[in-house]
Amino acid sequence: MSGKTKHGTVVGVNGNMVSVAFDTSVMQNEVAYVVLDDGRLKSEVIRVRGDEADLQVFESTGGIRVGDTVEFTGELLSVELGPGLLTQVFDGLQNPLPQLAREAGTFLQRGRYVYPLDTERQWDWTPGIEPGATVRAGEAVGTVPEGIFEHRIMVPFSWQGEWTLKTVTEAGPLTIRDTVATAENGAEERPITMVQTWPVKIPITAYREKVLPTEPLVTRLRIIDTFFPIAKGGTFCTPGPFGAGKTVLQHALSRHAEVDVVIVAACGERAGEVVEILREFPHLEDPRTGRTLMDRTIIVCNTSSMPVAAREASIYTSVTMAEYYRQMGLDCLLLADSTSRWAQALREMSGRLEEIPGEEAFPAYLESLVAGFYERAGRVELHDGTRGSITIGGAVSPAGGNFEEPVTQATLKVVGAFLGLSRDRANARRYPAIHPLESWSKYTGVVDPGPLRQARQVLRQGNEIAQMMKVVGEEGTPLTDFVQHLKGEFLDSVYLQQDLLDEADGSTTSERQEYVFAKVLEALRTRFELADKDAARSFFLQLRQHFIDWNFTVWDSEDFRQQERKLEALIAATAAAEGGGRERLEDGA
Amino acid sequence: MRKLYHRIRQIQGNVITVEADGIAYGELAEVHGTRGASLAQVIRLSGSRVSLQVFAGSRGISTRSEVRFLGHAMRVAATDQLRGRVFTGNGTPRDRGPVLKDNLIAIGGPSVNPANRIIPRNMIRTGIPMIDVFNSLVESQKLPIFSVAGEPYNELLARIAMQAEVDLIVLGGMGLKYDDYLFFRNTLEEHGALSRSILFIHTASDPIVECLLVPDMSLAVAEHFAVAGERVLVLLSDMTNFCDALKEIAITMEQIPSNRGYPGDLYSQLAARYEKAVDFETAGSITILAATTMPGDDVTHPVPDNTGYITEGQFYLVGGRIEPFGSLSRLKQQVNSDTRADHRAVMDTMIRLYAEYRESIEKQSMGFRMSAWDEKLLGYGGLFEERMMDLGVNIPLEEALDLGWRTLAECFEPGEVGMKSNLVAQFWPKKAS
Ligand SMILES: Nc1ncnc2c1ncn2[C@@H]1O[C@H](COP(=O)(O)OP(=O)(O)O)[C@@H](O)[C@H]1O
Ligand SMILES: [Mg+2]
Repeated sequence: MSGKTKHGTVVGVNGNMVSVAFDTSVMQNEVAYVVLDDGRLKSEVIRVRGDEADLQVFESTGGIRVGDTVEFTGELLSVELGPGLLTQVFDGLQNPLPQLAREAGTFLQRGRYVYPLDTERQWDWTPGIEPGATVRAGEAVGTVPEGIFEHRIMVPFSWQGEWTLKTVTEAGPLTIRDTVATAENGAEERPITMVQTWPVKIPITAYREKVLPTEPLVTRLRIIDTFFPIAKGGTFCTPGPFGAGKTVLQHALSRHAEVDVVIVAACGERAGEVVEILREFPHLEDPRTGRTLMDRTIIVCNTSSMPVAAREASIYTSVTMAEYYRQMGLDCLLLADSTSRWAQALREMSGRLEEIPGEEAFPAYLESLVAGFYERAGRVELHDGTRGSITIGGAVSPAGGNFEEPVTQATLKVVGAFLGLSRDRANARRYPAIHPLESWSKYTGVVDPGPLRQARQVLRQGNEIAQMMKVVGEEGTPLTDFVQHLKGEFLDSVYLQQDLLDEADGSTTSERQEYVFAKVLEALRTRFELADKDAARSFFLQLRQHFIDWNFTVWDSEDFRQQERKLEALIAATAAAEGGGRERLEDGA
Repeated sequence: MRKLYHRIRQIQGNVITVEADGIAYGELAEVHGTRGASLAQVIRLSGSRVSLQVFAGSRGISTRSEVRFLGHAMRVAATDQLRGRVFTGNGTPRDRGPVLKDNLIAIGGPSVNPANRIIPRNMIRTGIPMIDVFNSLVESQKLPIFSVAGEPYNELLARIAMQAEVDLIVLGGMGLKYDDYLFFRNTLEEHGALSRSILFIHTASDPIVECLLVPDMSLAVAEHFAVAGERVLVLLSDMTNFCDALKEIAITMEQIPSNRGYPGDLYSQLAARYEKAVDFETAGSITILAATTMPGDDVTHPVPDNTGYITEGQFYLVGGRIEPFGSLSRLKQQVNSDTRADHRAVMDTMIRLYAEYRESIEKQSMGFRMSAWDEKLLGYGGLFEERMMDLGVNIPLEEALDLGWRTLAECFEPGEVGMKSNLVAQFWPKKAS
């Protein structure tokens, strides 16, 4: 860097966009500061035309005047990557919010920025490589323990070509800014510290190759893992109207998903919802590690009343931190609630730039930005042969709850699974309100495809009969159809629906899912001896209650086995004697 | 003394453009037209061209009208003298009281740092079973009443305000019919609540743009007192008028509309206001109840739609009753576990049975035969509407829960309602024999 800051002058203000005249050079997406009496407002260059640059300001622009000075930094909008990111709560620009609160008090204060990492904390450095070794970007030179992980200290991702390690610091406590190694490439010598800077809008690609996401990411939600699975390194979206359960679903995923690191991007939605995570996770135990859930979590919080340009940045800040942990061979899950708010931030800026709008005034390049974001997911093989992944799940908040809108449509084109939340199911309190007939997934889940197809067929048939019954009434429906309908309802209520608030039911392991699914299917295959519709209804009500009670028992406990015997007895007692009581289930394929 | 400007270059809609230097974005000005002075606010700077939205409208402004910049953005006097007073949207007294000039604070201030927020914890009792039992209102909640013109949403707001135990009521009226304004004022007076109320009133006959200031004025004042430890209830009626004013300015500024003419930042604009609702850990709180009329009774209209994505639930007011379906308090689970052991069970069971009742009604209307179960449901549904949904009912939560049990017992056998047996044993009314 030259060290000489370039300057410009404000010539216009329109909402959070500031136009700046400059006479030297300006780089697209570089960070600039608008200098005011009460502070410097961080901004990003988003357009350059002639000798004018347009900036999106990450703060409220009140009080800016024509003629005010602007400093250009020559650096792209970036985040700091190093040990200590986990457990933190950042805003969209990676300012740690608890620290800001300590310094500025109750309210956010514009123009105040805090370094994201603790520069004084001592980390227990262990070198992993000898001087003389040849390394390149992304390779680990050693580790420090961060919570349950061996946090890899890596050669900065921006370094080009091969480097030879000249020195490696001995094991011991070091701060993130201490030199852990030095390296040279024949032309120059550079220190390596525990922290590096990376521009958020550029993907980190210090890996050998991307590999197919084939391994299921177990969420412990039955309707997802069994019916609409997610893969480690895959992508999925959860569109739904307000109140359908997008946020509750994401919170459940952030708790129960079987991954190493969870990044919660609270993007342009209610602040109160983040507070629940923020206040509860430090006290909730992660059963897989015995530590608190917070230990594996990073929260990026740019809620709806925080500056809208920083909301746009928050999505990239989040995914960049996910990429950093992926480089350590970890499986990361990024949950963004809601990507529609990010798209709206883009729309607001595009409008100020007076760009030619696309549908519903979203910018014409919306699709490529959405695609670019989800493309940063994936499973990769690192240079050392280990694998890491980023799974991205985005909530989508379509206007009017109508999925035929640009953000939902752009998202559906690029994701691997669509978990559509339905207003009707939410109204009927059928939670999680993921629609079992309209959702889809391209990934493989925890049960075999054959039985799964049969189960889907039961749902489809049950639904068709329900539609018919609306026309012809119950009395016009034959008993066999009526029973078929009840079977669909049964599958829905005991397997698809799940009480996320319940300790046991709210988190069903894949082992338990396979087991329970087999039992449910057995019930669906059984032909029951039922005299009339009233008998059928009351039998299935009872069966349903038995299965629900079973779901509420602790896996493999005495209660669990006892309840299992009870429901088996009920099935056996009502099964038709003839032909073993078995029905051949149709295969929907 | 600030400089005067006379060169108005453009007058369009309620926006004027004047040539001036050294003006700050968001700054206020006074514009003197033939019809008197109006406040105006800078909404765009481009070189020396300054665009201002004129709150009283541009009628009567000429190219030679005077524009005097005030050197600051919109402010409000945050003092105890506000109590019991009535102002216009821009803070001018509407009563005969004095103009207040002490402790002027900026409106539209920054957000609370999310790290400083706490999980809401206190229920606000309203005496309305549809709220207390089924969708409990919580201190610091932001909640709109979705309704249509003609429904008693202002009455409902006023009633909740009178019942709620709060230290301060701030009423922000936007496009309020004069009668409705009088209704609010009289109600406050009758209940002796006027002295703990502050009113910012923009009526239907005032210039439309002036209502843009009402939420920010109301919430800035609310925030001031909440930080000082008071529990503040803010009533905003009708937020659809606020959105329409935003739409008008956006169109005048030739912004590309996103949906039915509304600007693309409608969501952010609404969120900036509603997110002011907060419970301070060591001070007071702000609870926001708003009326949102749905144009064309369409909940997918951009105003209710964006609102629903922001607020913590909504009450649908239909036919003078709070509709059980669609109405939602997203915070109810924070408080309804600590009220009484049977609260959640009564809530779930009664709603579920009422949903079944609606299905039976539908079947009945299609001419299908009513089973014995249907008949029971029909009886139950009628009682539910009369005892729980009627807004005339005004009873404490505990009484409402008891009434709930009584209603269930009158209509069903204990085994039919699908409740946990220990609750039934404890609460099911014994038959008087
Ligand atoms: N899985 C669920 N179990 C129980 N209640 C739920 C569930 N999902 C949603 N709800 C209820 O619906 C409300 C809205 O859910 P939320 O996730 O905030 O909706 P969205 O984010 O889609 O607007 C919640 O406050 C809760 O009362
Ligand atoms: Mg949500």
